[in-house]
Amino acid sequence: MLVIDQETYDAIVAHARRDHPDEACGVVAGPAGSDRPARFIPMVNAARSPTFYEFDTHDLLALYREMDDRDEEPVIIYHSHTATQAYPSRTDVSYASEPGAHYVLVSTREPATVEFRSFRIVDGSVTEEEVMVVPALDHA
Amino acid sequence: MAIEVRIPTILRTYTGGEKAVTGDGATLAAVLADLDSRHPGLRDRIVDEKGLRRFVNVYVNDEDVRFIGGLETGLKDGDTVTVLPAVAGG
Repeated sequence: MLVIDQETYDAIVAHARRDHPDEACGVVAGPAGSDRPARFIPMVNAARSPTFYEFDTHDLLALYREMDDRDEEPVIIYHSHTATQAYPSRTDVSYASEPGAHYVLVSTREPATVEFRSFRIVDGSVTEEEVMVVPALDHA
Repeated sequence: MAIEVRIPTILRTYTGGEKAVTGDGATLAAVLADLDSRHPGLRDRIVDEKGLRRFVNVYVNDEDVRFIGGLETGLKDGDTVTVLPAVAGG
């Protein structure tokens, strides 16, 4: 199950809407081992495409260095689908390389409907999980 | 020549869980070959018969090696190599 606070949930959806019709992408980092998505980090889609996303190579290096320095890991890796359902594509599955992350998919195909789903993608296999949105994350 | 190579989470199964390992060689290709002698299979996750895999990024210090010489990128003592899978999809 993914437990996420309302503010971060809204920020992911807003980013996806803002970049539509291109795919939006980003990370929510959290303390290593905590499974707590604490720090929202929208990324640039270097592909600037309605059907593909990729973090810019130098942004990627800077992001991982920063997380390493802060003893964080990518708790959520999110991106949007702009014309299809919020479910990992074959491409998403083949490139997924963070078995510990929650892969969040947002679809912006319907302007009035939010589709926000979360998955684990491990060794090419996709498992959907429940998303629980809470007012704020417990900092304990 | 000691080159620190930083290994992403998904490839740490090849390094016994280590986040960084030390390799020896004057080029990236040589360091990867050296690492593969102690961590068999690691190299194949980074390169294929055509060169660097499309969705694995390799950096020497701050530079993506695709822009500075690929596998033939020269290395000197103290350089750091970082391997990161691209974050990408459709």
